Amino acid sequence: MPIKRADKTPMPVREAQQRAHDFIEVNEGYTKAHAAFEAERCLRCQDPVCVGGCPVNVPIPEFIHAVAMGDMAGAAEILRSANPLPAICGRVCPQESQCEAECSMTQRFSPVAIGHLERFVADWERTQPPSVQAKITRTEKIAIIGAGPSGLVCAGPPARLGYPVTIYEALHAAGGVLRYGIPEFRLPKQVLDWEIGLLKSMGVEIVCNVIIGKTLTLDELFGKMGYAAVFIGTGAGLPQFLGIPGENLNGVMSANEFLTRVNLMGGYDPDTADTPVKVGKRMAVIGAGNTAMDAVRTSMRMGAEKAMVVYRRSDKEMSARVEEYHHAMEEGVEFHWLTNPLEIQGNAEGWATGLKCQKMTLGEPDASGRARPVPIPDSEFVLPVDNVILAIGTTPNPLLTRTTSGLLTNKKGCLVADEKTGLTSKALVFAGGDAVTGAATVILAAGAGKRAAQAIHEALEARG
Amino acid sequence: MAKIIETRQLTAVTKYFRIEAPLIAASARPGQFVMLRVREGGERIPITIADYDRELGTITIVVQAVGATTQRVCALKTGDDILDVAGPMGGHIEIAPGGHVCGVGGGFGSAALLCLMREFTARGDTTTAILGARNKDLLILADELRPLCTHLEICTDDGSAGFKGFVTQRLAQLIEAGPPKRPDSVVAIGPMAMMRAVAETTRGPKVKTLVSMDPLMVDGTGMCGGCRVTVAGKAQFACVDGPCFDAHEVDFDVAMRRNKAYVQEEKRAVDRAACMDRRETA
Repeated sequence: MPIKRADKTPMPVREAQQRAHDFIEVNEGYTKAHAAFEAERCLRCQDPVCVGGCPVNVPIPEFIHAVAMGDMAGAAEILRSANPLPAICGRVCPQESQCEAECSMTQRFSPVAIGHLERFVADWERTQPPSVQAKITRTEKIAIIGAGPSGLVCAGPPARLGYPVTIYEALHAAGGVLRYGIPEFRLPKQVLDWEIGLLKSMGVEIVCNVIIGKTLTLDELFGKMGYAAVFIGTGAGLPQFLGIPGENLNGVMSANEFLTRVNLMGGYDPDTADTPVKVGKRMAVIGAGNTAMDAVRTSMRMGAEKAMVVYRRSDKEMSARVEEYHHAMEEGVEFHWLTNPLEIQGNAEGWATGLKCQKMTLGEPDASGRARPVPIPDSEFVLPVDNVILAIGTTPNPLLTRTTSGLLTNKKGCLVADEKTGLTSKALVFAGGDAVTGAATVILAAGAGKRAAQAIHEALEARG
Repeated sequence: MAKIIETRQLTAVTKYFRIEAPLIAASARPGQFVMLRVREGGERIPITIADYDRELGTITIVVQAVGATTQRVCALKTGDDILDVAGPMGGHIEIAPGGHVCGVGGGFGSAALLCLMREFTARGDTTTAILGARNKDLLILADELRPLCTHLEICTDDGSAGFKGFVTQRLAQLIEAGPPKRPDSVVAIGPMAMMRAVAETTRGPKVKTLVSMDPLMVDGTGMCGGCRVTVAGKAQFACVDGPCFDAHEVDFDVAMRRNKAYVQEEKRAVDRAACMDRRETA
């Protein structure tokens, strides 16, 4: 198939009819030929504006140039120097609103496929033997709370510098949202496992089943456990509910619950997993972010005959990545835009049977800058459903802040931390990721983890 | 991994375990629970902490083999490891000191009265434990509880031991008798129907009552919301806001209905586990 240089080299994807019923990764990844061809499209601008569009400032033209030259080891090194989770970010970053939005090619053509190339390089790297080795040379111990994106990234640099680093994870497996939230068909767990293995080979200790704030307090990490500095990367894992009637009917759950049952607990493989997942014929997911797309596409793979997204605004306002939206459409997901859920109706046994909605129209912009949805009078209707999944956002988990004195939070429950260093209101306690920003992206969490790692090193050096 | 250092079969389906878990033992308080997982691919299940010994670094749990996972737990022996034990989860029971606390235990829920009675007796409260069971063979931990509380009341449905009747009937008598027998506060731990009956018993005479809710949970850390319980008309997460709530505010209808959501799947899981075990032994 001839490809015009004006267009992005398309990502090879698995056929929609087939992939919509299994959990194998949707995107197949570039071949060497795809990557070489796409890398040639980069203009290597004097002033690479794409770099400014990246939250961790990956030297994009440099790594792409290395790919074009066939220097894969060089490309991998450049990439990893700026982004410690390239295989993950190459898959889940919203490139269209970050680096690729800034690409000079977009002025006339489609942008360089920076994300696809990032993934290509990182996937190549995973086929190579890891070159790092554990070497603990420092005595100051560093504790990291939470093995999600920000915590995993924060562990790397100090481990390289020889600090003993321990990550405490509340669940039985490391990865945070990358483990319990993002499904296998979008981020294969072996990619995550490889990154975690790399940290372990650098000497990072990961202790699961320890809930800081319950099993040990934050103050005990410094006192009893003897840590010199702590990073909090506890994420934003508490699901929000709408507060509409019928939310406690059976068959209604948060996207977190649904995805955790399927991903963390392995419910997609009932032959090996004990945790049940109940999926009816008609599944409605409320919300239109990435979590909503993950939930609706997962429900289809778990056997739902009708998988629907219900959103009170329009497709213009949805926060999901464009690619996820396209994939969901190809797979047959039904989208109900400008549809506001009012009530969940149930049968005599207490199971959800219908979602009562009203049609909306868009009005003036609201506080979020997006057009405010306004109800259309007398437009109520009932959508027949067996399950309703709420994917309307999450807030920071209060477990740690409830049991720690002197740790300041804002009115949304987010930790107050310095933007540059991540330093919280407590000395030698740093924080980053969703616990500080509220629910955001993997790359923003990675950036915060990286900055905090540097700040921790500087603080410990200054202390002497 | 947590090593099992003592087991005792309490009834045909109820087993007592003492587990090595020094960090949990050091921070546990009455009313909290742990999340367990016994095998790769296994479920995470919440189990109330029955007792803890901070010096020995052990916690005690009592498990009733009702589902596939609890059956697997009950098959474990002294010296075996439990794959994952995380906790202590949830908030602990808070009652103003100096009063008369009555703990009501039904079935294997009686186990959770161990640390509750011990701690409240130790701080100088008057304590009464009311244990209920269908008959004397199903009664558990009475001898262990006796030295830990001021009064121990035993109730059996058939009268084979102690008071003949339900725990709620005995509780109503104590409340009616007035001080010093009348408790200032009641904590009920056991099957949902029993906790609901206790709530109804204490509602009229206005005795402050806590119940330990046991909804379905996945993670136990506030992440899934599957354990939501309606309390005073509002959704609360049992894992982080509870598990103990004001009995007079809990909507038991909703709670009992929600606990039945996976009944069919649980039955299938029990059959499947039995099948797998037969294969493994064969």
